[in-house]
Amino acid sequence: MIIFTYDKTFEGLLTCLFDAYAGKVFPDVLQEETSLLPLFYDGVYSIVSDPTKAERVWKGLQKKLSPTALTMLSASWLADGFPERDMLLFRVMHKAIDAPKTIELNFGDADVLQLSRIYKQVRYERMRVIQFVRFQKSADETYFAAFEPQHNVLPLTIDHFQNRFAGQKWLIYDMNRQYGYYYDLKSVSEITITDKGTPLLKGILDDQSMAEDERLFQKLWKTYFKAIAIKERTNPRKHRQDMPVRYWKYLIEKQ
Amino acid sequence: MKILAESAKYDVSCSSSGTVRRNTNGGLGNTVGGIGICHSFAEDGRCISLLKIMLTNNCMYDCAYCINRRSNDIPRATLSVSELVTLTIEFYRRNYIEGLFLSSGVLRNPDYTMERLVKVAKDLRSQYFNGYIHLKSIPGASRELVTEAGLYADRLSVNIEIPNEQSLKLLAPEKSFDSIFQPMKFIHQGILENGEERKKFRGAPRFVPAGQSTQMIVGATPETDQDILYLSSALYKRPTMRRVYYSGYVAVNSYDTRLPALQQPPLVRENRLYQADWLMRFYQFKVEEIVNDAFPNLDLDVDPKLSWALRHPEFFPVDINRADYEMLLRVPGIGVKSAKLIVMSRQYGALTSFQLKKIGVVMKKAQYFITCRELPIMSIQELKPEIVKNLLLTPKHKKGIFNQPELPFDPI
Ligand code: SF4
Repeated sequence: MIIFTYDKTFEGLLTCLFDAYAGKVFPDVLQEETSLLPLFYDGVYSIVSDPTKAERVWKGLQKKLSPTALTMLSASWLADGFPERDMLLFRVMHKAIDAPKTIELNFGDADVLQLSRIYKQVRYERMRVIQFVRFQKSADETYFAAFEPQHNVLPLTIDHFQNRFAGQKWLIYDMNRQYGYYYDLKSVSEITITDKGTPLLKGILDDQSMAEDERLFQKLWKTYFKAIAIKERTNPRKHRQDMPVRYWKYLIEKQ
Repeated sequence: MKILAESAKYDVSCSSSGTVRRNTNGGLGNTVGGIGICHSFAEDGRCISLLKIMLTNNCMYDCAYCINRRSNDIPRATLSVSELVTLTIEFYRRNYIEGLFLSSGVLRNPDYTMERLVKVAKDLRSQYFNGYIHLKSIPGASRELVTEAGLYADRLSVNIEIPNEQSLKLLAPEKSFDSIFQPMKFIHQGILENGEERKKFRGAPRFVPAGQSTQMIVGATPETDQDILYLSSALYKRPTMRRVYYSGYVAVNSYDTRLPALQQPPLVRENRLYQADWLMRFYQFKVEEIVNDAFPNLDLDVDPKLSWALRHPEFFPVDINRADYEMLLRVPGIGVKSAKLIVMSRQYGALTSFQLKKIGVVMKKAQYFITCRELPIMSIQELKPEIVKNLLLTPKHKKGIFNQPELPFDPI
């Protein structure tokens, strides 16, 4: 068993590929530098992230794969909760480079199929952020939204929000991963809230911290949400399926 | 607001798809990639993507199937144009909605009402609102107003409601097929003319870029599914007609003896009609294959695609590794997506049932209708159609799926 250790970044993963080809040794296991090695193994290589090497691997992949497939690779990197994720990405890229023609549509290949599954989940989660983000207008006229996405997908949603809400200041915050994006009417920047006492970190604003008309529109929205349902057709199962309970925490209409 | 949202909710159209509208510099909103985003889901399971509301639920007409008919003693309310504009913009800024779906009861006369609807859309656009706007055109509105509406709205709709002229006359004496099909024609012509114009001047404003839609009420009158689907199919012949919606009749005016006394809206039937509609639009079925004189009503027990397959065992089993795309689409358990995946994947080698499952084929259904490399055990040819039907029915009945059919949504 061959082990590569690396820094758990996407750049590091691409460097692993580069070094594997350079040394003609391919890993069976990828693991973070800091984690413990197993009892038995045939060789361990510690890989040092290198932007130039990573760049060259990515360029090589660009020749082999469509832009969609490349997005699939980089977006799947943001998936959480798949211990096999890194090795899977490695294998797919390895196969892509070796294969004479593109492998991206070969869903008969278990790795390609698995990757497409993971990518699908990431896309779903991105969509859910876009669907379920609820902005609350704060006293300083910033539209604030808290979210707890399952995968680390906020970066994938920023283009959408920037395009749609170009005329208002906004802040979207990942409460679990403790970072977010702030748009100040000109550009978007990544931020981390350091002031632990701020009402923002509660996720839902209180009366003091919200704009004057915010409560009114929240009320109107809740009224609308109730009124629009046809009572004869109440369907809690479908309701939960489409809008899973784990998102309710910051949904105004579910407060 | 509560009154006007409650009055609007029986209108089923939740679709906000079909347009890409870019944000103008610093303005508010865009309409993305032709996919309507559901921002929330109501407790009846329906997608909320638009603020669906009425300008007023006052109405001078007396349509038997409508909660807002003038002879009903219900609370009435009217929103002003500016209230509607503010509400839409504020909801949009908070990411509650994709846009506005505005309809109205008839106030004074059709044009008077239509003018107000148009004003809302116009004011929204003049405040750089680029979200989605769907206006319901008032039956009998003049050509000028319909044309103006088309300049601001992404979609216009005129509801047919009752799929047969006599039945319509009986239930909605103030309306006629003419007052409905005329505006539809205006919209259609407007779109075509606009297309010509835009060929000449690329900057010409767009006219209802998301086309038009309509709705029919199901189960309030004696029409068969054949009547309904033939009308839909005729409507779809016009390329500007994007969607026909079917709405199971909810007995809101149970005192009216012209209407059937339904305990429950015919939800299963509504669902089957949507599935049939789907088959016409995405599965290349002709309407007469789905319903015809010998088979005027859809089978409520099984979906119309399975129903067709059971009536036509001679087409099966289909060889997954050879059959063309059109035939794959006809196999129960294979959807548009999996059919496409099959066609792409089989270039790399023959597909096995294991791979089919992974691709997303519902093997429980498909197994009786296909052969692949190792599978052909018992197909519909060896078993009889009745047996296959029974095999496919039993587990579903147990789960009680038929009590709670799910509402359809727009495919991507
Ligand atoms: S015209 Fe429209 S709102 Fe008025 S009663 Fe008829 S269906 Fe209802």
